[in-house]
Amino acid sequence: MGCFPHKHLIDLGEYSADDIMTVLATAQKFKQVNERRIKKVPTLKGFTVVNMFNEPSTRTRSSFEIAEKRLSADALNFGGSSTSTVKGESLADTVRTLCAYKIDLIVVRDAHAGVPYKVAEASGVPVIDAGDGKHQHPTQALLDLYTIWQHKVLAEGVPFEKLHVGIVGDIGHSRVCGSLIPGLKTMGCEVTVVGPPTLMPARPDVLGADHVAYDLDSVLPQLDVVYMLRIQRERLEGAPFPSLREYSLLYGLTRERDALMKPDALVCHPGPINRGVELDSFMADHPARSVVLDQVYAGVLVRMAALYLLLGGQDGFDA
Amino acid sequence: MALMLRNARLVDPQVKTAAGLVDILIRDGRIVEIGKDLDLPKGIERDLEGKYVVPGLVDIHVHLRDPGFEQKEDIASGTRAAAHGGFTAVCAMPNTDPVIDDAVGVEYVKARAAEVGKCRVIVSGACTKDLQGEVLADIGDMAAHGASALTDDGRGIQSAGMMRRVMEYALPFDMPVMVHAQDDSLVGKGQVNEGVASTRLGLLGWPAEGEELEIARDIALCRLTGCPLHIQHITTARGLDLVRVAKAEGLPVTCEVTPHHLFLTEDDITDAYQTTLKVNPPLRTRADADALVAGVIDGTVDAIVTDHAPHTDHEKDREFELAPFGMIGLETSLGLMLTHLVGPGLLTMERLVELMAVNPRAIVGQERVALEPGSVADLTVIDPEAEWTVLREDFYSKAGNSGFLNASLKGRATDVYVGGYATMENGEVIE
Amino acid sequence: MPGKEQPSDQTPPSRADVKTVMDGSEIDRSLTRIAHQILEANKGADSIALVGIVTRGDLLARALAERISAIEGEEVPLGKLDISLYRDDFMTHISPEVHSTDIPFDIDGRTIVLVDDVLYTGRTIRAALDALMDIGRPSAVQLAVLIDRGHRELPIRADYVGKNVPSSAQENVRLFLEEIDGTSAVEILRMEPGDRPSAAPTPAAHSSEGGDA
Repeated sequence: MGCFPHKHLIDLGEYSADDIMTVLATAQKFKQVNERRIKKVPTLKGFTVVNMFNEPSTRTRSSFEIAEKRLSADALNFGGSSTSTVKGESLADTVRTLCAYKIDLIVVRDAHAGVPYKVAEASGVPVIDAGDGKHQHPTQALLDLYTIWQHKVLAEGVPFEKLHVGIVGDIGHSRVCGSLIPGLKTMGCEVTVVGPPTLMPARPDVLGADHVAYDLDSVLPQLDVVYMLRIQRERLEGAPFPSLREYSLLYGLTRERDALMKPDALVCHPGPINRGVELDSFMADHPARSVVLDQVYAGVLVRMAALYLLLGGQDGFDA
Repeated sequence: MALMLRNARLVDPQVKTAAGLVDILIRDGRIVEIGKDLDLPKGIERDLEGKYVVPGLVDIHVHLRDPGFEQKEDIASGTRAAAHGGFTAVCAMPNTDPVIDDAVGVEYVKARAAEVGKCRVIVSGACTKDLQGEVLADIGDMAAHGASALTDDGRGIQSAGMMRRVMEYALPFDMPVMVHAQDDSLVGKGQVNEGVASTRLGLLGWPAEGEELEIARDIALCRLTGCPLHIQHITTARGLDLVRVAKAEGLPVTCEVTPHHLFLTEDDITDAYQTTLKVNPPLRTRADADALVAGVIDGTVDAIVTDHAPHTDHEKDREFELAPFGMIGLETSLGLMLTHLVGPGLLTMERLVELMAVNPRAIVGQERVALEPGSVADLTVIDPEAEWTVLREDFYSKAGNSGFLNASLKGRATDVYVGGYATMENGEVIE
Repeated sequence: MPGKEQPSDQTPPSRADVKTVMDGSEIDRSLTRIAHQILEANKGADSIALVGIVTRGDLLARALAERISAIEGEEVPLGKLDISLYRDDFMTHISPEVHSTDIPFDIDGRTIVLVDDVLYTGRTIRAALDALMDIGRPSAVQLAVLIDRGHRELPIRADYVGKNVPSSAQENVRLFLEEIDGTSAVEILRMEPGDRPSAAPTPAAHSSEGGDA
């Protein structure tokens, strides 16, 4: 294993299976730090990381902040309603201003696709995409892969190549899918996307999906992992389905559907859950199936790993 | 003052031109005589050393941005860019601020063009007031003041009923209705071609059907009203088929394509999210671009236009979804056509002249320009061998939002004459 | 992941540049002596625990633990400590691969004997002390090393030393162990300019947990 071969974490499609395994294995090592009394190591002492959140996000930002603090990096939260974008400053100017503070890495969340690339170009420092528009959300995909790795590959001994993952919901407007599907494909999983045709992207095959299904009940029995996407009510334009009630009837993972699932099938959800829409409480809290909180914990671990690998790896780049 | 252009190689499909190198004598803005070894008692003489002379090129789809958006371009800079690209005339689009939807607007553009222009400016007026698609613009009044065409370019007229009204009302004024085909209910906030590009980039899709549906509708309305219909910047294979069928039926339908839709595709938009490649309608698939090239060669496409759409750097240098649509094209159009189509032998010089000079003039009802005595001396001199690189600093346009920066091209205009006066010589615009 | 810290595997130094300063039996005898010294100094094994620094100190710690339990007849707690998150050269060097820290007992109130192969600048021990203090509050920390080669940059000394090996800064002192390298020895070799002193490369087989290699 040589120097980590990436400067940024923006497009998970550029990460090989080895790269992904390096992140996951490094993340696993950070468990020890997170589970002792003093949950902090001095590794990134002296590094300044900017969390540039141009779009509101509590969970992802908190997770990054905890990861940064546990590695002793100085974290600057930049964004919210007070951002310069509102004041008319251009993105590039904002980034250049941040760089004048002498910073070492930028974590960026933005409502617009492609912004992390622009931030990388304008800043010259490593960039982690914390979600850009409907494009990608690579750390979410890595924490999902970590969770699946822990529960399926390590605990049950089923290799990634033997896993069939179903992703259910708003595939077309999901940045999670933009990273998760390529990531699952890189690891060798079989991927089926499930949802109403109005929530499908124009070309699911371009993301890497092997199958498209409109009927959840017919695919549930085949799935080892059922990944339920959040219905983002605020982002749905032009009412792609008649009502949340009908959506839940057709695509909600409910107690009634439990019998259709493999006995050891996992239920994942990126959070926050709309209880009663995509998951009912039986499934959301199912002690054997639901790994929702493991995903949250994995978020801290993979973000620590990403920060560690990208900041440590910079010696190998021109930056 | 007389002007003698010596050693010219003529290309003009409209007339039978002499073979070999000839001289052209110009006096009082018109061609007086064409022949070998002509005498010039008094006047200016230019030796063209065997370069091509063609009827002056015309681009009937140009955004001069004046009035209202002079930070992007104005009539002075835009017409200089046109001259630099080899054009003797451009048709200015009316989506300025204020919109050119009445006689005052038409007179403003004409007056500014006369005062500061470097080429002829053909004025187009809006179809509907303020491009809103709801109320007829002052079509008759604009015609009386010299407007040559009607268009709501930049938007589609959403209501078929309103479109029918525009085409019927325009009939007596002898102006074509030029349409930007875009069905908003399908296109919405679409950013790039729906399909591979929209999925790959996580951007809202702009489906081909959003264009094709309006083309089909407007062809039906052309049949209904008899009003000449010109489809602007056509981008899809099926859209072109619709035009092909309409022409076979004998309807007065014409269409245009841009070099960027011929020579760039959705695949060129990479992870760099290049905003220079954000255009409306969007770059389509390789198959679409190939179909457009075939249409240019077989004659289905009537005109090459640029949809020259200048924007400032700061407007383009931002989030892809927030950046405005459009790229500039006046100074690269001819070079691209020569490099990609004429050079490889896919297109003859004669067809090129039809696409870039003869047909555009006819579509917007301009006086014929031909290489024959009596014709207006709007001429473009082309060096087919000149090799050059597209560089931002060489542009006369105020803007730099070209999708072809740093491209290596072969062939360009070196001299341009408008009414017998040089607007460009040896590649430099004459002040 | 240690990247350039490891001397290149492609060009092994010629044997002429290498000098063996301890062979397998000397190492054995030293470990036995250190085990006795630890027991003597701590009056038995009741309050002590051994913590080896990965990736060679942990193996020495296990060897010491075996000897101690053979002498005393009771198991002594054994752990391993990874210091990659505590290194002071992270900002200037490629991020080292993170290994596992595994200390399966409470260190509070215990006397911890840190075990490493070679004591040199003292920076590794500094990092190990910090890492240990973040895990708990031992009553005392002692240091056992097989080789002390001098050149300290920090005020750190070992409590138990197998052998003092005077060396120059241009030399690298490395421990090979039979269980992973096939033979046990301590060797000294001259470094090329620009190389950094480091532990002997660990064969991948040594990695105990999945995903480590």
